[in-house]
Amino acid sequence: MSDMQDYKSSLSDVSSRKFETFSYLPELTADQIRKQIQYIVGKGWNPGIEHTEPVNAMSNFWYMWKLPMFGETDVDAILAEVEACHKAHPANHVRLLGFDNFAQSAGASMVIYRGKSV
Amino acid sequence: MADKKYNAGVKEYRETYWMPEYTPLDTDLLACFKVTPQDGVPREEVAAAVAAESSTGTWTTVWTDLLTDLDHYKGRAYAIEDVPGDDTCFYAFIAYPLDLFEEGSVVNVLTSLVGNVFGFKALRALRLEDIRFPIAYVMTCNGPPQGIQVERDILNKYGRPLLGCTIKPKLGLSAKNYGRACYEGLRGGLDFTKDDENVNSQPFMRWRHRFDFVMEAIHKAEAETGERKGHYLNVTAPTSDEMMKRAEYAKEIGAPIIMHDYLTGGLSANTQLAQWCQENGMLLHIHRAMHAVLDRNPHHGIHFRVLTKILRLSGGDHLHSGTVVGKLEGDREATLGWIDIMRDSYIKEDRSRGIFFDQDWGAMPGVMPVASGGIHVWHMPALVNIFGDDSCLQFGGGTLGHPWGNAAGAAANRVAVEACVEARNQGRELEKEGKDILASAAKHSPELKMAMETWKEIKFEFDTVDKLDVAHK
Repeated sequence: MSDMQDYKSSLSDVSSRKFETFSYLPELTADQIRKQIQYIVGKGWNPGIEHTEPVNAMSNFWYMWKLPMFGETDVDAILAEVEACHKAHPANHVRLLGFDNFAQSAGASMVIYRGKSV
Repeated sequence: MADKKYNAGVKEYRETYWMPEYTPLDTDLLACFKVTPQDGVPREEVAAAVAAESSTGTWTTVWTDLLTDLDHYKGRAYAIEDVPGDDTCFYAFIAYPLDLFEEGSVVNVLTSLVGNVFGFKALRALRLEDIRFPIAYVMTCNGPPQGIQVERDILNKYGRPLLGCTIKPKLGLSAKNYGRACYEGLRGGLDFTKDDENVNSQPFMRWRHRFDFVMEAIHKAEAETGERKGHYLNVTAPTSDEMMKRAEYAKEIGAPIIMHDYLTGGLSANTQLAQWCQENGMLLHIHRAMHAVLDRNPHHGIHFRVLTKILRLSGGDHLHSGTVVGKLEGDREATLGWIDIMRDSYIKEDRSRGIFFDQDWGAMPGVMPVASGGIHVWHMPALVNIFGDDSCLQFGGGTLGHPWGNAAGAAANRVAVEACVEARNQGRELEKEGKDILASAAKHSPELKMAMETWKEIKFEFDTVDKLDVAHK
């Protein structure tokens, strides 16, 4: 039993809270984030940014940061908006979505900045 | 017309039902049968017999035939083709006028097409390979209760396949132990846990206790992880009244998804349940127990692509599709074909995938394919590549068999699926680079590292029994 590892997760340990896709991986590096944005753009999806206070993370409706960036394909411009949202709301979770208007669904969704969970 | 006289006796079927000059209408229901005739019976006569026996005909002329317009109602055998690589059988294409079938009833369609005709003595074997449901008929059916896009919104899962796990041992656990197994999997990172197909309401675990304990598992895992979770509560029951009772209770306690065995439970019950799910905002997972009895023999039965279409019309949001790579039968190209049939809105004829007809689903939502059966973390790169995001990957033994338990097994699979999606989005080739992708993800996940060591050598390399018909077989 000594080499068996306990699974560390509990209600009282806020590090147990996850954020859906990619939240079981280490936080994405700047380079990895760029590639995911490139993927969203390459798919022809519209990038969008949303944020929330960690206490309201389970809500369907996070706050939109401005409007989805319809037709924006410049990775740097998208990245700059993610930064701006984070700067304005440093304590919040910030997620990037790729809206697929044909499927009427998000084709991609990932939390880029993780606030302090509750 | 008063120009026909009644002549009692037996006519050859082909005089009435073989119509090679017929051009099928857009509203016709089309079927392709693989026919293995008895020796010495001409192909046209056998094809015509299949058309007759699956529509209006019987073995002898009857006077009441003349009270109706049989030329309108009859099935028409309109084409015959060789089966590539097999001289014992041939394909017969039959067109049925739409008014032979009750609207919205896959039960009625199957009772005609795979009814008495399958026992017909002039045939050694018969297989229904494909059906083209005209859009006019599709629109009379209810279809999937919610569909893939609604499921993603209900569960807040985007940009990746969903992850599930069937609880084992499939029979014998008490409700509380069972709920424990679910909780451990869900807190480790699964989206769903699942009742096995034969978990109904046995003496060792009655359904109501199971539902209650499992819901507590879901609620706690959701609070702990901050993610939405579900468990396919199997409501398959001895009677449809009892099935509905269990479904109502699942809704009452807030379960997002329930489950049904659509073949053993029956298509009437399935359609009823699917309609109820649509009205009540519930997701419906469908298991296909008994399908291999019907679809595995290459010469006799019903091909799974037909059973897939039947389910999409009858209604279900998930359907087991096979894995290609796991322990259960499933030819790769054929599987890709019926995955398209589940999810896409228009599927073109493609013989290289065993698809005989164009199929237009109109606005009917898609069904999410579920890959389940003998898969583990090493299969993840191939599974993500084959199934894409709109799928549910289900690891039973591949979660619960982890040396550190269900939570660790779940976390291993979750890390693996996310690593594969992340790599795929970067443009990396999963089936070539899978090993590197997993190994690098395992550096940050001791659970994944342990899973990879545990299942390193496990493969299921048996030849497929039901292959597509190709000349080099």
